[in-house]
Amino acid sequence: MAEPTRTPLRPPELRATDVLAPDRDPGHAAPQALRELLPAIETERQIDDWGRSERVEAAFDRWLVDPFYKLWFRCEVEGVEHIPSHGGALLVSNHSGALPPDAAMIAKAIKEEHPRPRPLNLTVEHFFKGYPGFSMLLPKIGAVPAHPANVHRLLCDEQQLVLVFPEGRKGTEKLYKDRYRLRRFGRGGFVAAAMRARAPIVPVAVIGAEEAMPIFAHIKPLQRLTGLLYTPLTPAFPHLGPLGLLAYLPAKFKIRFLEPVRTDEMEGEPWEDPGLVQTVAEEVRDRIQTEVLDMVGKRRSVWFG
Amino acid sequence: MTGERMSRRVLVTGLSTYWGGRLAQALEQDPEIETVIGIDRRPPKVPLERTEFVQVSDSHSLIRRIVEAAEIDTVVDTRLVVDSIVTTPRRAHENNVIGTMNVLAACGGADSPVRKVVFKSSAHYYGAHQDDPAFFTEDLRRPHPARVPIERDVVEAEAAVRDFAAKHPDTIVTVLRFANGLGPSVTTSHTRYLALPVVPTILGFDPRCQFIHEDDLANCLEHAVRHDLHGIFNCAADGVLALSEVLDLLGKTNLPVLPPVATGLVTGQLRRFGLHLAPEMLGLLRYGRGLDNRRFKATGFRYRYTTRETVLKLREHHRLHPLMRRSGSSYRYEAAVEEFLRFSPSVRHDNASPGLGRVTGRQLAELRRAIELLEGEGSPGNLAPGEQRSESGPRAVARAAAAPAGYDDLDAEEVIALLPSLRPADLAALREHEAAHAARDSVLHAIDGLLASAR
Repeated sequence: MAEPTRTPLRPPELRATDVLAPDRDPGHAAPQALRELLPAIETERQIDDWGRSERVEAAFDRWLVDPFYKLWFRCEVEGVEHIPSHGGALLVSNHSGALPPDAAMIAKAIKEEHPRPRPLNLTVEHFFKGYPGFSMLLPKIGAVPAHPANVHRLLCDEQQLVLVFPEGRKGTEKLYKDRYRLRRFGRGGFVAAAMRARAPIVPVAVIGAEEAMPIFAHIKPLQRLTGLLYTPLTPAFPHLGPLGLLAYLPAKFKIRFLEPVRTDEMEGEPWEDPGLVQTVAEEVRDRIQTEVLDMVGKRRSVWFG
Repeated sequence: MTGERMSRRVLVTGLSTYWGGRLAQALEQDPEIETVIGIDRRPPKVPLERTEFVQVSDSHSLIRRIVEAAEIDTVVDTRLVVDSIVTTPRRAHENNVIGTMNVLAACGGADSPVRKVVFKSSAHYYGAHQDDPAFFTEDLRRPHPARVPIERDVVEAEAAVRDFAAKHPDTIVTVLRFANGLGPSVTTSHTRYLALPVVPTILGFDPRCQFIHEDDLANCLEHAVRHDLHGIFNCAADGVLALSEVLDLLGKTNLPVLPPVATGLVTGQLRRFGLHLAPEMLGLLRYGRGLDNRRFKATGFRYRYTTRETVLKLREHHRLHPLMRRSGSSYRYEAAVEEFLRFSPSVRHDNASPGLGRVTGRQLAELRRAIELLEGEGSPGNLAPGEQRSESGPRAVARAAAAPAGYDDLDAEEVIALLPSLRPADLAALREHEAAHAARDSVLHAIDGLLASAR
């Protein structure tokens, strides 16, 4: 028995009746009590239960994200104080760039600028879990499949930061001529998830990613051949090979965190009201769109900000 | 929980499976469980003290007769085949779907004595797909219909159990969905896979795996028998490991040679070379699976091993196995011998009482000496009945003080194991001593239980 090597968590003094609702349906009762039953962290492990690897993440950060953040994109961050320093929060951002660098930059911005840096969990399409290579790499650097149950567990039970791109691939596959025009925000699932977890929604506006890797067209035959979500024609891809997807242009990045939308003050079960969910989703989208246009309008140069 | 300890007469189906055997062994140690009956097509593979084995096929009329004749109040169904290395798909289907139907039919009925059914199911219910959540909770369903035979069986069997639960609202129906079991005594497609000298994996994938140690698995079943838990529960150890992490812990070489496309075709060909990868494993090797085990933990259960510790235990076994191979004692069921041991008047049950084997000779001698000392001072032979009753308080304390220190060195578990071999008068004396000294709740409780049943 390797009992003492486990990080000791207080053994919860709870009886089944505390957690199991009287109507014999244990699923929906007492999230607080269930939170205490989360597995303890085993300190010898370098990979967490989601598959996130300290080692791979550190290497990724050191050799790829850090140079891009500091030297190449020269990220500029505003409003980092809007990210709560404890408790779950859902970050919602606009999404762009063929192999989008925005997620990594937002995660890095929190790590660099926030007084209490916290890891950020990126949600990615289920597609990547089924694609060899991506399936192995993405969980190691903190990506989780965008399943409502995953978002709920991270936000509500584990009290973590989660980043979603409600535009999804509609955002990343849009062409250069459509830049900075936000697509439809899914079906508002992210709002419902935040409401369920009673976590605040922090809208994030990012500019620069559209110019870092503009997409001029899509190459359908290549997509069919590789089975990827889409195969864009960018300044460096596909003629410079797969690594061309990392050949970003040195656009200046600006990230602005906006004031959070509180969901914990809403009465009853707001996620059951599709009208309200849609309204909040629209509101968040409009705020990001306004902010993005504001930032684009004020900048003097694409490359120097 | 409400109505604790209402399970006294237990029927275990699938006694010849590892889980059935382990559960019966655990239950027969408990004096409060009056009867343990095991049924199966084949004889049990583990030695059992007082469990009665009935060799019967999955015919519902026969099982029903046993259930009614023995007034069974709890049926534990451990019979489900969740691994395709056990038998052919056709037989597995017969056992899993038709067999479950029969067992449930035997438990149902208006005048059935059965008030609890525990069904051992499997996490294969959820399958392993691309669009799975990272942690399945009990109310989540599999995103796509099952294609693999074993998974299809599990889904069908659970549907039958759900129907049964809906039709019998007064019966407690517990469904336990177990993650893949791992341990030195079980042979599953996973233990075989992880025992390979070089372990082939799918190129470009590193799935998340979660296991449960064989001891925990047996304990989960026992917990479900002892407590009234209505509903579905995931049973899996804490922690989800990446497959690369598992192989690292085991000290195996990870060989990503299985191609990501046409994996099924290639593994089919590999079977010719003796490498058998079960079809239900392919999804797990590609996408992996994680379970949320908190609902079962909320009922008061604690796992002994995390997934990581389970894997480390397996490594220990891998290292020791070559050295231990020849010393293994194999048990063989002989109906005549078992019958003699259970029912012959010549067998001295005092000596063969359960649990004695776990206590050393020295400890046994200490306890006997303690009992003798207690008897010598207050045995009914030396005293008039009235006298004994009147002076219970102060005398008892004095006697207890005189008891040798050896008794207090015994663990509660060891004392409890010895209790069934004592006479009621000794038990009463021992209870006084225990109450005055260590006052271990578990010991007092066990003595009370025995005294009550003796009366």
